[in-house]
Amino acid sequence: MELDPLMLSRIQFAFVVCFHAIFPVFTIGLASTIAGFETLAYKTGDPVWHRLSKFWIQVFAVVFGIGVVSGIVMSFQFGTNWSNFSYATANFLGPVLSYEVITAFFLEASFLGVLLFGRDKVPQGVHLFAAIMVASGTFISSFWILAANSLMQTPDGLELINGMYHVKSWTDSIFNPSFGYRFMHMVVASFLTAALVVAGVSAWFVLQKREFVANRKALSVALWFLLILAPVQAVIGDFHGLNTLKYQPTKVAAMEGNWETSSGVPLLLFAIPDNENQTNHFEVGIPKLASFVLTHDWDGEVPGLKDVPVEEQPPVLIVFWSFRIMVALGLLMIAFAVWGLFLRIKGRYYQSTYFLNGLRLMSLSPFIAVLAGWVVTESGRAPWLIYGQMTHAQGLTPSLTGGMALFTLIGYIVVYSLVFSAGVYYLLKVFRGGVEKANAPHEMEEVERPMRPFSAAHVAIDEEI
Amino acid sequence: MEQPFDLTVIWAGIIGFGIMMYVLMDGFDLGQGILFPFAPNEKARDTMMNSVAPIWDGNETWLVLGGAGLLAAFPLVYSVFLPALYIGVFLLLAGLIFRGIAFEFRFKAKTSKYLWSWSFSVGSIVAAFAQGAVVGTYIQGFKTEGFVYVGGALDWLTPFTVITGLGLVVGYALLGSTWLIMKTEGEVQDWAYKITPKLLVGLMTVFAIVCVYTPFIDEYVKARWFDNLSIIWVLPVLALYCAFVVFSNVRKRKDGMPFVATMGIFLFSYLGLLVSKWPYIVPPKFTIWDAASAYNSQLFLLIGFLFVIPIILAYTSWTYWVFRGKVKEGGYH
Repeated sequence: MELDPLMLSRIQFAFVVCFHAIFPVFTIGLASTIAGFETLAYKTGDPVWHRLSKFWIQVFAVVFGIGVVSGIVMSFQFGTNWSNFSYATANFLGPVLSYEVITAFFLEASFLGVLLFGRDKVPQGVHLFAAIMVASGTFISSFWILAANSLMQTPDGLELINGMYHVKSWTDSIFNPSFGYRFMHMVVASFLTAALVVAGVSAWFVLQKREFVANRKALSVALWFLLILAPVQAVIGDFHGLNTLKYQPTKVAAMEGNWETSSGVPLLLFAIPDNENQTNHFEVGIPKLASFVLTHDWDGEVPGLKDVPVEEQPPVLIVFWSFRIMVALGLLMIAFAVWGLFLRIKGRYYQSTYFLNGLRLMSLSPFIAVLAGWVVTESGRAPWLIYGQMTHAQGLTPSLTGGMALFTLIGYIVVYSLVFSAGVYYLLKVFRGGVEKANAPHEMEEVERPMRPFSAAHVAIDEEI
Repeated sequence: MEQPFDLTVIWAGIIGFGIMMYVLMDGFDLGQGILFPFAPNEKARDTMMNSVAPIWDGNETWLVLGGAGLLAAFPLVYSVFLPALYIGVFLLLAGLIFRGIAFEFRFKAKTSKYLWSWSFSVGSIVAAFAQGAVVGTYIQGFKTEGFVYVGGALDWLTPFTVITGLGLVVGYALLGSTWLIMKTEGEVQDWAYKITPKLLVGLMTVFAIVCVYTPFIDEYVKARWFDNLSIIWVLPVLALYCAFVVFSNVRKRKDGMPFVATMGIFLFSYLGLLVSKWPYIVPPKFTIWDAASAYNSQLFLLIGFLFVIPIILAYTSWTYWVFRGKVKEGGYH
């Protein structure tokens, strides 16, 4: 069997990115959550916020630790599997990714330590300041990463000279046309992730009547955030979609499963798109709705996949369904937010067993939605690595063979599975320990060794709690 | 764009400095993992790990920063080295990941401690070997067409690179053992005194092989050593002198000098290598100027680096200052 290094490299990159993405998406939102709890503690003086903050800082520490480990691989993948791409774009990507490293380092070196270990050593105001700086640092990190990604979607401010892009304008290339929308969409996704995880975990504690006062407050805050953010995300998503329609019409066509450019296009609820036969099977749709959503006009024109040659079409089935999964989960989040509001008016949001158990399940939904969203935007760009300019095949490392790519693909899957299992296993222990354990005097006093994120959690990995 | 300075030379200095910092600093903590299986007992292993626990990840910062800086300042290095060392890079990363999480979990483990010890040890050895093989591959040179690597997947794995790989494993073990001499006392220190001369002999053997072998495979280096730059001989002589200092201080049971002198061996060998190859950064064809990125990209990032490098240095010194002195049983006190 002929092994295709291109396909294997794409699978490998997708695997590594998906694996990695779930950690920062959680930490970005969680950093702000912690800063929020710390602010409430500072302003109200209510010790409950301290107890919550202590617990969630431990969770943050573990997730941050795993995220850093998995992130290191990413920075080398560009060179190993996509050397033509990294060479061509180095003038832009090199500085941008380096600035991300600098930000992350600066954040870890200066403020993370104070946040994780400094509670009793520095004044409360300084500790709060550290929490806010850590939260800001996560935004700056994502700023650079999303600038890099957006440039691949909507390149701008570059000039191609002898096979290498040169930066004509740093502002145009960093603040490229899709950057603002993508950044907002991602930041709100991170907030939603944190809100839903905090809601789910707190709901679980509330069901068990553990640390009832603290966890009910956390649940309440998380639900308010959900109520505001879930609809806001839908609006941002809509604007992001319009931006994509303008700059990457083929991606939108794939999202809608629309083959022919036409007006009054239905919104498909179900279909099996088929790249080979250039059509959909088993279509079920709402007439004219896609036109309305995309152009805000019932008879607006929606671009079709057939506008570009077959070899320039993305894998429609994957894009089409990933998009539906993301949107469906988004709608489900809005439904839960409204349900929560309804229960709150009746004063029962912390009593309804159905609702609380539902929230527990929903704590997984943002991760799936985020991954689905990334699949839409990345697969939807295919076959382009840099939209309209460089294909995946052109960006691939020329010396890469199928065997090499397969070897490392299996290798990364094995390594990440082990790291991930150990990490999640440990995280679940921290969850099980709960707010009580996070606030109890440490049983497992370690040697004095600051600055390890995990040191913030005082739970043994292999003992029953 | 107007080019008032040759930024490429400045960047070569920064990257060269970063790699040196990385090798010296991560070297002694990788060394702990390499020596781990040979430690006299479990208590000694705890002490060894404790001696580097507060600082090891700060040490690895230089690797990440160097990798990112390389893409920004010398993209050709990035896009030739990584494909050429494809399998090696994977082993390096996997090794670093396994030993990184071992630091996190071994302290949290009670019954499963031995698993994390193995993870720490194997990860460290694999990572050190892979780094040594990178050095060997750099000396060997790369097969390129245009600006693209065209060699095979295992071109990097030759008898020579296996020797440089093993050489760096032994070298890091030496940094690790002299570090232990400096930072511990009692049983662990006695053991470290005992193994240091053996490791030194091992490292010097590899040193000799590389010195003899390199001029044979590389005409350019040969010319530099024997014709036009004979002052270069001072560097290996200084390295040998450092080796002698290590040896005599171990015999006198001095506890700080062996580590300092071992760093000297690394420093002078490294300078020797750089001077031999200068200005070739992707041998045998490309110089630092061929491999450089655009002037305005180098400038854009230089601002960030000039800002962050002093912070890293200050932060690193601070951590080392906090954890100065001997590590006692159960950690720093």
